[in-house]
Amino acid sequence: MKKTPLNAMHHELGAKMVDFGGWEMPVQYTGIMEEHETVRTGAGLFDVSHMGEIMFRGPDALKMLQSTTCNDVSKIADGRAQYNGLLYPTATFVDDLLVYKNADNDYFSVVNASNIEKDFEWLQECAKGLEVEVVDRSDDYALLALQGPRALGLLQPIADVELSPLKYYSFAPGTLDGAKAIFSRTGYTGEDGFEIFLDPNDAPRVMKKLVDLGVKPCGLGARDTLRLEAKRALYGNDIDHTTTPLEADLGWIVKLEKGDFNGRDVLQREKAEGPRRKLVGFEMVDRGIARHGYPVVEGGEEVGVVTSGTHSPTLKKAIGLAYLPLDKSAPGTEFMVLIRGKETRARVVPTPFYKRAK
Amino acid sequence: MSIPEDSKYAKSHEYVHFDEKEGVGTIGITDYAQKELGDVVFVELPQVGTQLEAGDELGSIESVKAVSELFAPVSGEVVEVNEALTEKPELVNTDPYGDGWMIKMRVSDPTEMDELLMNAEEYEEYIQTEAGH
Repeated sequence: MKKTPLNAMHHELGAKMVDFGGWEMPVQYTGIMEEHETVRTGAGLFDVSHMGEIMFRGPDALKMLQSTTCNDVSKIADGRAQYNGLLYPTATFVDDLLVYKNADNDYFSVVNASNIEKDFEWLQECAKGLEVEVVDRSDDYALLALQGPRALGLLQPIADVELSPLKYYSFAPGTLDGAKAIFSRTGYTGEDGFEIFLDPNDAPRVMKKLVDLGVKPCGLGARDTLRLEAKRALYGNDIDHTTTPLEADLGWIVKLEKGDFNGRDVLQREKAEGPRRKLVGFEMVDRGIARHGYPVVEGGEEVGVVTSGTHSPTLKKAIGLAYLPLDKSAPGTEFMVLIRGKETRARVVPTPFYKRAK
Repeated sequence: MSIPEDSKYAKSHEYVHFDEKEGVGTIGITDYAQKELGDVVFVELPQVGTQLEAGDELGSIESVKAVSELFAPVSGEVVEVNEALTEKPELVNTDPYGDGWMIKMRVSDPTEMDELLMNAEEYEEYIQTEAGH
């Protein structure tokens, strides 16, 4: 199994480790509920070093990113980041990613761990004939996510840059406890917080420092319940190479007017006619938890599928995401999920399930 | 890791605390199992009166992370279920051998207690092997 630079630290801190897409990662330290609650009310620290970093440099960097993704990369200002979809010509996802702009002709992206190789190969293919250098720098960075309302206050005393002026989806270089760092005000939890790029050699020391300061280390289990409450899509669960951004209810990252890009014609048609299915949030009406892969049934026929489902620690009820036929996707609509052979009632609800108070 | 001496254990990590005088076994999941599962949020149990053979599925247990099946460690009739778990499933985590018990069963063949189940020492060895230590 692959290991992040913080692997030994996780073992030392008593984490329960699991195989996550070929990476040995902490699923929890003390408990998912407790870690989840800590992030909602205080601050929690996640090792997300398994995620990939891919760089784009050269005069055609923008052209290339524009032609392969659905959001408008030309709108990103220097020092800002953007959520985006890397698409096949079928308008389905190669991956979802954050695109960061250092300066003109100089971008980088953060991609899902399980997709690094696939993304890199695809991007290299798309770069052919263009003046852009595509480099996989995934091994050059450790990535820590400090998330929660107390993240800023905990980070600032050991950072050499003023972090509070940094807007959501902005980033800035600096040092953290003396180690070279890039601070990005982003996250995957629905809370304020930072993702911090570090040299892999510095990462264990910096993590230890944060833990000594009272930051609670958290595992991927809590990361999953947090992101689901905030309705952040998870590649491999809610989106993949068979789903389009419009089906996934990610219309806000589809910019048809920006010029041609992979899948634009498909998305144009989908937008005009409506996608055949839509990703919706639901909560269970009957008791039970509908989990990834459970079928949605109607009259014995499978009409949809649950893509994510869990017990929401904040709402204290069973929630999830599912693809439903468009005409059954309005909030309030009830539907049946097959849970271990038993038809169980669920109801479409507005999302996100959780939104932090501003 | 707590493994009480006065109970017997199934490979599927249920315990049976057997009251010989009453012929009734109290069944739940072990401390090891609750730790492996993590935060328990929902327990589905059979109705009183259900007849179960050893190895039958008796219900399911949902943690935040996953769902697991529960199996009858011995044969018998369900005579009581722990209704407190409906409102407080976390009792399975906080007190697996006490308030977190799941069902009581009239054991139809007490010899199964020895034939099918492990004692505390054997169970400890078993989980160490299973955990790969």
